[in-house]
Amino acid sequence: MFFKTTIAFAAAAAFSMSAMAWEPSGKVECLAPADPGGGWDFTCRSVGKVMQELDLVSGSVQTVNMAGAGGGVAYAHTVSKRKNDDKLIVAASTATTTRLAQKQFPGMDASMVKWVGALGADYGIIAVSKNSKYENLNQLMDAVKENPRSVKFAGGSARGGWDHLKVLIAAKAAGAEKLPSIPYLSYNNGGEAMTQVVGGQVDAFTGDVSEATGFMESGDLRVLAVLSEERLPGKFGDIPTAREQGIDALGPNWRGFYMPKDTSAEAQQYWVDAVDTLYASDEWKAVMKNNGLISFHPKAGEFESFVTNQVQDIETLSREIGLLK
Amino acid sequence: METLGFLMDGFAVALTPYNLMFALFGAFVGTLIGCLPGLGPANGVAILIPLAFTLGLPPETAMILLTSVYAGAMYGGRISSILLNIPGDEPAMMTCLDGYPMAKKGRAADALAISAIASFAGSLIGTLGLIMLAPVLARFALTFGPAEYFALFLLAFATLGGITGKNPMKTVIAAALGIMISTVGIDISTGTQRYTGGVLELYEGIDFILAIVGLFAISELLFFVEARMGKGRSKVNMGKLTLTFKEIVSTIPTQLRGGVLGFIAGVLPGAGASLGSFISYTLEKSVLGKKGRFGEGDIRGVVAPEAGNNGAASGALVPMLTLGVPGSGTTAVLLAMLISLNITPGPLMFTQNADIVWGVIAALLIGNVLLLILNIPMIGVFVRLLSVPPMYLLPIVTMVAFVGIYSISHSTFDLYFMILFGVGGYVLRKLEIPLVPIILGLLLGPEMEKNLGHALILSDGDWTTLWSSPLSIGLWLVAGLGLVLPTLVGPILRRRMRNAIKEGPVSD
Repeated sequence: MFFKTTIAFAAAAAFSMSAMAWEPSGKVECLAPADPGGGWDFTCRSVGKVMQELDLVSGSVQTVNMAGAGGGVAYAHTVSKRKNDDKLIVAASTATTTRLAQKQFPGMDASMVKWVGALGADYGIIAVSKNSKYENLNQLMDAVKENPRSVKFAGGSARGGWDHLKVLIAAKAAGAEKLPSIPYLSYNNGGEAMTQVVGGQVDAFTGDVSEATGFMESGDLRVLAVLSEERLPGKFGDIPTAREQGIDALGPNWRGFYMPKDTSAEAQQYWVDAVDTLYASDEWKAVMKNNGLISFHPKAGEFESFVTNQVQDIETLSREIGLLK
Repeated sequence: METLGFLMDGFAVALTPYNLMFALFGAFVGTLIGCLPGLGPANGVAILIPLAFTLGLPPETAMILLTSVYAGAMYGGRISSILLNIPGDEPAMMTCLDGYPMAKKGRAADALAISAIASFAGSLIGTLGLIMLAPVLARFALTFGPAEYFALFLLAFATLGGITGKNPMKTVIAAALGIMISTVGIDISTGTQRYTGGVLELYEGIDFILAIVGLFAISELLFFVEARMGKGRSKVNMGKLTLTFKEIVSTIPTQLRGGVLGFIAGVLPGAGASLGSFISYTLEKSVLGKKGRFGEGDIRGVVAPEAGNNGAASGALVPMLTLGVPGSGTTAVLLAMLISLNITPGPLMFTQNADIVWGVIAALLIGNVLLLILNIPMIGVFVRLLSVPPMYLLPIVTMVAFVGIYSISHSTFDLYFMILFGVGGYVLRKLEIPLVPIILGLLLGPEMEKNLGHALILSDGDWTTLWSSPLSIGLWLVAGLGLVLPTLVGPILRRRMRNAIKEGPVSD
């Protein structure tokens, strides 16, 4: 009896010891599912750099770019070829959940990987030109409710993409019906869309706050609402949230990671802790500040459910606008 | 004055040692590409694109490199025209007429020197025109809505065949091929996948850099392997430089006329550098009348086309930078590069990427000075390089193309795809189907579709919105003219061009 307990205890201790001690040996790989220069590439490179500075990894963090299908090629690669590689993390964002929700990665869904954590976000905004008759989000949404075709939105993503979805999230929260009838014009990037709004060709702009900084500072763009829980820090402090205007709409474009499914619980715990430590560090705060990222970090264990919920919400919305059958 | 400030900032960008080094390199390689017969400026720039990616150049440096190559190729074309009576590229065709006779008279060195000066003058005039016209046009472009853009792209397609185009049917086939390729991948206005066949790598569409490098560079390699694998050409004797200052001064009016005419021809859609050099040559001939001895080695017969084609080269950048509609094949390739650097050409670029636009313009000015230096004292180097067997150049070009494309996306799939495009390009060129319209279809097709969709959403499905503003009506009219004129005027122009060349000396 005594023996048994001791052995069990020793085993448990050894197990927990090894759990405490698990850390990736040698080189760690961060997969950026896009070409160099984009957001995912930035996530990998800056996280890799700070992790090395903080000695969170013993070796180096190597960024590997794997572009294709808006992250689908990297997702398929992780699910099929690297399923038990515990030294691999993959950059992800709202674009990843959007495509998963809309079944744009054929035969794959969000449960096929482990979601590690988020490291900040860029929040959605809805803005109009300085000459627009709309002074706040409620006026704009009242017009949409009265006639869904009366306000035309421009954004930098494809139809059904994140910029389009933010309009729908806000309109739905405001109680608008006939969501599919709200006109949305997709441009190659946020800058192009904004020019059309500033130039008076289109009524409203939907995008992320970091994209609009230039036109906001020049005064050409009036931001009606930011889709965050609280007002943003610093120079964005004057922008009212949708919530404080009585419209409960949230649109964080988060940056984070997932890792392969068949990895050990210890490895997962290690990476979750690493992301937590990184997020709390001053070095990372400096990176966020320099790159227009704003705080967003669901607690350990909550990120997985956050992702599941976001995927579900987007799926529902996509069905409502007829993008998914 | 505002323009001057921007230009100064541009010089600050272009004059950094790093950028200056690439401008010099580009000018050198460009001249070399230009003087190799068969290798035109569009191919030259396409071959250099992978190099920019291999070296991981920042956007402004990459653009400076490619524009220097472009300018260099325009200079280089004349070298083989004069020495071998074989135009290095199409625009240099007219330079053969008086350049080669000069060389036969033992004045090859003089012809090369004066044509370098004329190239400099033409390019300078063109670039000054670009500096004055581009910001104005860019501001004007801000008033363009989707309907106007749709009409503009229509205009671009209508004038695609150009006045010098040979077979309109083949141009149409090529443009249609380009548009077809561009429909693969996600359609941003509906959010659905088209023609991807479930292949994940195709979901984001086909990268046009891949298509361009494959179509131009790889097919060029195949052609070289087939036709020119043998020995290099024998060295040509240049003769002594006897050009006098008085002679140079006497050609100044010719240089001015050629440069201005060339610039105008370059700005117009569908015309391009070949027409620029042709117009300035014929104008010069008619202005001087009997006073000149054209076709027998008149120095002005070398100056006029060179000033013309270099002026046109700068002029063709105007619609590309301000409206995103390229005026020639080479500017189409440059446009593709800009887009893949995530820079949207058009009015926005002049405000958001001012450092790149003005850096490139300043680099064009600096590049011209560099080219003048390269092309007068160092002309012997190029003449000698002309006799280097291609077998030494080919492996380098092949390696750069593969490494460059691989470094963009780290995907072997892309490499196979590039080879596929290369073989396709080879077959198309064998069938004499032009490649430039494919690139234009690939670049402009999706834009045209997008703008049509946007115009219809904004008007709630009313098609008359497409011709409801004076501007769009104007564009529709020009597009109509562009479609009809070539069939009326084209044959006459082409016959004249042919005759002009027949009158010229045939190589013996």
